[in-house]
Amino acid sequence: MPTSRKLGRGVAMVGAGMSRFGAFAGKNSRDLFVEAFKEIKKSVDKELDPSLIETLYIGNFSSDQFEHQAHIAPLLADAVGLLPRPATRVEDACASGGVALRQGVMAIASGLYDVVLVGGAEKMTALNTAAVTEALATAADVPYEIPAGFTFPGFYAAMASAYMHRYGMKSKHLMNVAIKNHDNAALNPNAQFGMTIQNWMEGRIASAVKKGKPKPTWSTIWDFLHDESGNPTVAWPLRLFDCSPITDGAAAILLVAEERAHEFTDHPIHIIGSGQASDSALHGRPGLTTIPAAKIAASQAYEMAGVTRDDIRIAEVHDCFTIAEVIASEDLGFFAPGEGFKAAEDGMTARNGAKPINTSGGLKAKGHPVGASGVAQAVEVWKQMRGQAEARQVEMDIPLALTHNVGATGSTCVVHVYERRN
Amino acid sequence: MSEETTTVRPFTSAAFDQFIAEHKLMASRCIKCGESYVPPRAICPKCHSEEMEWVETSGKGKLAAFTVIYSGPTFMVEQGFDRKNPYVSGIVELEEGARMSARITGVDPTKPNEIKIDSPMTVDFVEFGEGDEKKTYLAFRMV
Ligand SMILES: [Zn+2]
Repeated sequence: MPTSRKLGRGVAMVGAGMSRFGAFAGKNSRDLFVEAFKEIKKSVDKELDPSLIETLYIGNFSSDQFEHQAHIAPLLADAVGLLPRPATRVEDACASGGVALRQGVMAIASGLYDVVLVGGAEKMTALNTAAVTEALATAADVPYEIPAGFTFPGFYAAMASAYMHRYGMKSKHLMNVAIKNHDNAALNPNAQFGMTIQNWMEGRIASAVKKGKPKPTWSTIWDFLHDESGNPTVAWPLRLFDCSPITDGAAAILLVAEERAHEFTDHPIHIIGSGQASDSALHGRPGLTTIPAAKIAASQAYEMAGVTRDDIRIAEVHDCFTIAEVIASEDLGFFAPGEGFKAAEDGMTARNGAKPINTSGGLKAKGHPVGASGVAQAVEVWKQMRGQAEARQVEMDIPLALTHNVGATGSTCVVHVYERRN
Repeated sequence: MSEETTTVRPFTSAAFDQFIAEHKLMASRCIKCGESYVPPRAICPKCHSEEMEWVETSGKGKLAAFTVIYSGPTFMVEQGFDRKNPYVSGIVELEEGARMSARITGVDPTKPNEIKIDSPMTVDFVEFGEGDEKKTYLAFRMV
């Protein structure tokens, strides 16, 4: 199987926008996508004539289960006034958005289209937590994994148990990832949890006092994070603050043929590498401390881009659980196997670190509307590379960045490499 | 169940479940290259042969990964599990090399630090419900 692939022609990102992420009663995925579309129009430097858009690819995991509404791609196209253009829903669980992006890249690289809208949308909070957990569980290998009692937190917790056994990591190390991602999300106005864990803890204490309940005795966030009443265990060793939330949200990016980018902006972001791989259920893999599809997708993307892991300045990675960010930082080659948790502890992945990861707050704190997450990663990269990330802007120049989007436990992984040339 | 009816079952999840209900953990084995698979496969991914046969596994293995789940799916809640009564799920590596997701029994869910990866495990079957409603779940018991 040949792994070295080239795009038929260059692809540039010339606009990017997202809705706020959170829990929004009264808004469905269509309403959220309209918000993302309005943001994309604002983001195009030289004004966007929407009639130039030729086709849409929409990442969506399960509007069927979450909203009792299937076949959403033409509905979203209609909602933003783009009929009768072809609109295609792309589903690869939590990697739906990243895979939709790849479809858009391929549509342009093939020469079929010049201007493509890639979207992602998911409305999750209409169901209660138990129903959402069960809907997400359908992304597993249902006949063979679910009877074991596994949930998604459970799968990643099992990976964490294997990682802890192999590398001596403790569950407290994972908390560094959550603290960092909440610190970043506190500076992201679109984040579901725009607050640090310190803010969160203080809010809990204030609320207890206000309600006349016993005042919690946490004096530091570490007390809070180690306390079952502050941070309950969901699936040992993972606790609540190791898990991404249930989120409503949408995101969109505008891709064009590289030779036409100048019609839209003088500062495009080029997508120069794309990789994708598939894998079995979690139990079907030889090792549980790595996601092999991520390694394959990353090596394809690096090779297509002609860059190495060391060239990448920042990355948005799929931190559906804190352990997933640690594993991602190793699978992408940023840190050696068994070193990812130490890098997080040492601040190397912080905004001012050597390899900033999830400056947006990540899935963990920005929120994880599953089908939109992979597209929202590209939105963050767009902002950071163009110096538009405001309070959370990293200081160093970012000529190259990466996104890493995982479906389920790694049955799908898709990686993209982005370049800024001026 | 005669040997013949056993071997002609299709290589499907329904057939696998039927074996589980009979308290047998079965693998599908490639007649051409000898590789065996749990869960079963109809086509060998190693040599792409379509000639498979059912074989019973040793039922012995070791714990590869596990978790203690405090918030489970509805069917586990119906079986009495909740925050106060969590349960253990895990992945077990069989002597034959294949790995499988299963419930983990014979351990104390409140003491996860005492559940050791690489511990020897033996196949177990957990039953819930009566009569037509009875369902059998694959489990492994810590030896
Ligand atoms: Zn074979």
